[in-house]
Amino acid sequence: MYQQIMEQIKQRIAVGDWPPNTLLPSVRELATETKLSIITVKRAYLELGREGVIITQQGKGSWVSDTLDLATVQKQELIQHLEQASKLAKSLAIPEDKILQLIKQFME
Amino acid sequence: MDLPLAVECKGLTKDYSHFKLQGVDLSFEQGAVMGLVGPNGAGKSTILRLVMGLLGPDAGSIRVLGHAMPDEQIAAKRNIGFISDDMRLYESETIAFHMDFIKSIFDTWDADYADILLRRFDLHKHQKVKGLSHGQRVKATLLLALARRPRLLVFDEPTTGLDPAVRKEVLDEMMNALADETRSILFSSHNTLDIEQISDYITFIYGGRIIESRNKEDFMDGWRRLRLTNMQSKPLPNLPNIKDIQQSGHLCAVTVNEYDESVPAQFNSAGQVITAIERLSLEEIFLANVKCAKAMTMMEFIQ
Repeated sequence: MYQQIMEQIKQRIAVGDWPPNTLLPSVRELATETKLSIITVKRAYLELGREGVIITQQGKGSWVSDTLDLATVQKQELIQHLEQASKLAKSLAIPEDKILQLIKQFME
Repeated sequence: MDLPLAVECKGLTKDYSHFKLQGVDLSFEQGAVMGLVGPNGAGKSTILRLVMGLLGPDAGSIRVLGHAMPDEQIAAKRNIGFISDDMRLYESETIAFHMDFIKSIFDTWDADYADILLRRFDLHKHQKVKGLSHGQRVKATLLLALARRPRLLVFDEPTTGLDPAVRKEVLDEMMNALADETRSILFSSHNTLDIEQISDYITFIYGGRIIESRNKEDFMDGWRRLRLTNMQSKPLPNLPNIKDIQQSGHLCAVTVNEYDESVPAQFNSAGQVITAIERLSLEEIFLANVKCAKAMTMMEFIQ
């Protein structure tokens, strides 16, 4: 469920509703708004902080990062997908060149 | 903040001839939502009744909002709103009668909030209780509890028997009541979707015992299902955290708890190939937990 909130926040940032430096609603406010538990919203904020999408200061709140542009967010997401795909490929014992070949196919 | 815990139960035991609640430890801070999940007859309602001081434990201690239960229940109940299926409204009286009645007992009654809730729930206060549908009754009881602005809401099976629209109204209003960070909710449900949506903490109960009690994100994070192909039919690694194994031919689905990055490697080195690692919904965790708890009970019985 926290992934859904992350997605929604990223979308709000992506469409420009929340430009850089926007103060995000408090965890409790967003929980009340979305009717999702506080712990779920907290987790979403934590992960977004890790990804550098937002900046959280203890006791002050969270802001949309000002060094952020959309391309970076999307790039990070792509890298994560690739990372997961690589891990999976490894566990499936699929060789590197086979994976690269597949990616090439998709890029065409 | 130096607030007392919303609920703090230690070593609760209650012995009935047909059922025994044993060694229940359960606590959470104010401002949080605790969901009790477990099959019918697991002991959810008994725990709620103990928390409410409606039952005295055979052993163990209970504190609610800092008050020892059942001894200090009068002080505690000022701040608790309790809703349970067997609470009856007066059939031949109106909703307004009940509102006035509660208002006359609790000085915390918030008349404006009560009016807002009437509108949001689409209830007519001059309607008599006997004409209300099940959904309207649940909403009316929730209104009567919430308009007192209790610091703790204890709700036994809030959404049982409700249609999806009313279920949403009830959950929404429960969450709205939490906008203030000292308000807490303790509720039981066998609807795993409700628990998954609004709980900060989950306590899983089976056969009168707590199987797991922790914050929801950790709870959900710990579980994974690994899909394996086992071409040489080699034995699976003997991990203590394997909770369920479904085998069909060379394909195998293994459900594990306490998952970490080392788990897939152990299957790989045992000669299995992992085709997918999936997260579980609370519903699936619930089923795996019940199955595993049943097996454990059987083992104990045999020994």
